[in-house]
Amino acid sequence: MVSYILKRLLSAIPVLLGITIIVFLIMSLIPGDPATAILGSYATPENVEKLNRDLGLDKPMVQRYFIWLGNMLTGDFGRSFSLNRPVIDEVLERFNATLILAGTAFTLCSLLGILAGVVSAARQYGFADKAITFVVLIGISVPSFFLGMMMILLFAVNLRWLPVSGMFAIYGGGDLPDLIRHLTMPALALAAVATGVIARLSRSAMLEVLRQDFIRTARAKGVPERRVIMGHALRAAMVSIIPILGIQAGFVLSGAVYIEIVFQWPGVGRMLVDAILKRDLLLVQGGVVIVAACYVLFNIAVDVAQSLLDPRIKT
Amino acid sequence: MTLLSWTRRSLMAAAGAALVAGGLSGAAYAQTPPGVLIVGQIAEPKSLDPAAVTAVNDFRILVNVYEGLTRYKSGTLEVEPSLATSWDISDDGTEYTFTLRDGVSFHDGTPFDAEAVKFNFDRMLDESHPYHDTGPFPLSFFFGAVESTDVVDAMTVKFTLNAPYAPFLSNLAYPTGLMVSPAAVAANGKEFGRNPVGTGPFKFAEWRSNEAVVVERNDGYWGEAAGTEAVVFRPITDANTRVAEMLAGGIDLMVEVPPTSLGQFGGDEFAVAEQAGPHVWFLILNAKEGPFADKRIRQAANYAINKEAIVNDVLEGTATVAAGPTPPAFAWAYNEALDPYPYDPEKAKALIAEAGMEGADLTFYVTEGGSGMLDPVPMGTAIQADLQAVGLNVKIETYEWNTFLGEVNPGLEGKADMAEMAWMTNDPDTLPYLALRSGAWPDKGGFNSGYYANPKVDELLEAARTATDQAERAELYREMQTIVQEDAPWVFVANWKQNAVTNDRVENFGLEPSFLLHLQGVVKN
Repeated sequence: MVSYILKRLLSAIPVLLGITIIVFLIMSLIPGDPATAILGSYATPENVEKLNRDLGLDKPMVQRYFIWLGNMLTGDFGRSFSLNRPVIDEVLERFNATLILAGTAFTLCSLLGILAGVVSAARQYGFADKAITFVVLIGISVPSFFLGMMMILLFAVNLRWLPVSGMFAIYGGGDLPDLIRHLTMPALALAAVATGVIARLSRSAMLEVLRQDFIRTARAKGVPERRVIMGHALRAAMVSIIPILGIQAGFVLSGAVYIEIVFQWPGVGRMLVDAILKRDLLLVQGGVVIVAACYVLFNIAVDVAQSLLDPRIKT
Repeated sequence: MTLLSWTRRSLMAAAGAALVAGGLSGAAYAQTPPGVLIVGQIAEPKSLDPAAVTAVNDFRILVNVYEGLTRYKSGTLEVEPSLATSWDISDDGTEYTFTLRDGVSFHDGTPFDAEAVKFNFDRMLDESHPYHDTGPFPLSFFFGAVESTDVVDAMTVKFTLNAPYAPFLSNLAYPTGLMVSPAAVAANGKEFGRNPVGTGPFKFAEWRSNEAVVVERNDGYWGEAAGTEAVVFRPITDANTRVAEMLAGGIDLMVEVPPTSLGQFGGDEFAVAEQAGPHVWFLILNAKEGPFADKRIRQAANYAINKEAIVNDVLEGTATVAAGPTPPAFAWAYNEALDPYPYDPEKAKALIAEAGMEGADLTFYVTEGGSGMLDPVPMGTAIQADLQAVGLNVKIETYEWNTFLGEVNPGLEGKADMAEMAWMTNDPDTLPYLALRSGAWPDKGGFNSGYYANPKVDELLEAARTATDQAERAELYREMQTIVQEDAPWVFVANWKQNAVTNDRVENFGLEPSFLLHLQGVVKN
């Protein structure tokens, strides 16, 4: 097991190296440079050249890549031009906010999705199944940012039950109930689509398992239906549900970008969008590398979890 | 025990939890405290170091924390004393001697004196200054004419310029000229932008990244104390969310309301403020080659475009029709006698026929957004349709803002016939000097991307820049505007009116023509 984990970790290194090259190339090759973005209307060639020199962007591209990579290996991600602070401080702070949002949404969609799938499968073609299928279809079909805006209009502007945006109240906030109030709408909006997908796939995974012989045997032996479903069937179905969760985690993380903008959640997705518009090279590069590293690690964790559940997978 | 009853029970539990969560939130949420003004900003500031920033968004915070030697008189773009009480200008216009205000100190207790002024300008301009590395200072060229800053005595400071430069006083009133505390720069170095210290009516309290910048009343302020205990600037980058926050009561004041959202603030609980500013939205025409090399076609474009329709329908009345290159907000330098080109497609057709350019093909650069560009895509489409109607075939090429600047600033030659552009400036000198002189063609480092050249305009602009008498400068600018309007190097389209919405708990709020946001006198109940 340990050697399997190590092997997977080692194989992540070329992936991450590839990501650094891709993100560096994209940011260097897209038109527009940071000096033009900073100077705006005042971007004369002379001013641009001087500012680029001040920002250290006058060196050749290859040299800049290796300087960046070298610094990063020593833990120095550089300074953001547009925020005037170290990239690592900004990214970690923002990533924390994204993890709270995406983590809550992911927990919600996993629990609700699997539960809905199990109920659907256990009551195939029954009322519960039809009701769940209907709700799930809506969840999958409505874009999350639209759902988010509608929720703001209803619950924040009209009913005034919940705050419109942000992570904490500007005045007198900062405690857990305050965070929950701010988190409710974005987390639900973000979880909606993934819940639907997980519910549908869990349902079919469960149905497949429920048709197998060992379930019939269990029922024949008089095992209570609840234990058949939750114990025997769900455990077997989890083998095909867990990889779906892994993929959905990626979708939740990338969907967080829209939700963070709609709800002004101070997360890493909103940071990256702002940084790209401002051509804040180091912030984009650093942010993408850190997010990608987390995603790769999460996928390794999913694979390991799966191999623990399913002895057929070679480690 | 069946599965269904188990689910029912858990449903009850979930409903119970939802009720508790609902109870937590209580009813009327988002009641902001009295005495604390919450401002919805359009973005997170880059830095709170006035020498390091370029965005109006950041200036809105800065002018409440810092002051400069001069400032704009309320409601105008004319300069009046601030931290300097008076000044003398030498006869040749190259020496400015300022007497400083007595008894002023920075929020950290550092006295404000001539040494502090010298520190500020040397930090920006002298590359060997020990704190020059706290930059970069992208707008330091505003003071590019300053050769040296000298301390005459504790309360007197003298600037020596390398040539007469009339906009100097108004550049001092611009945020780039705001005075920072030397001791705070020395203490914080590169982090000064996150720990700002000035002399203004508010002092910096806290900056929570991506949430808020909080400033509190400066009780030791030399002038009249601020009307609120604190102001909180919240960055809300999404315009729809900003509008929702305003409607829900989460913010008290919102700037840059999208034209299409203004209708939502019609009720009694909101007040909309509007103020024309030093902004002009225009089309650069390529006067070097192609159809627009002919003055008649440039004039025809000015006649053909229905500017009334653009400002009223596309921009929903948030702008007025521009008459010439200088916005009317520069009241002292504006030529009142100038009328905008009327909308007259017949005249345009006649001019085009006279020049033999019927059916000419034009390439038009349009941007997707950008500072001061208002609603560039719908505006560009309306312009395309108007030109099409008089027989000019316009092909639009759309670019993202930074890419757009990278295409337009180096000049339109060989690429395009026309391009959208907008400027916000602080002095009537800036825009024409940088974008209409023949000495400002792109290859000479300027922004005259359409290659307009008129020796008389060059002469007037140089003369206006070196004359230190305001009446004399005004006369020169007025003459320049008449010539430029006639020559039509641009299509003059719109002057933007900045807007803001406040709720009924905010009193005494007004916008300034400088586009800066002075909150000292505002009261929040």
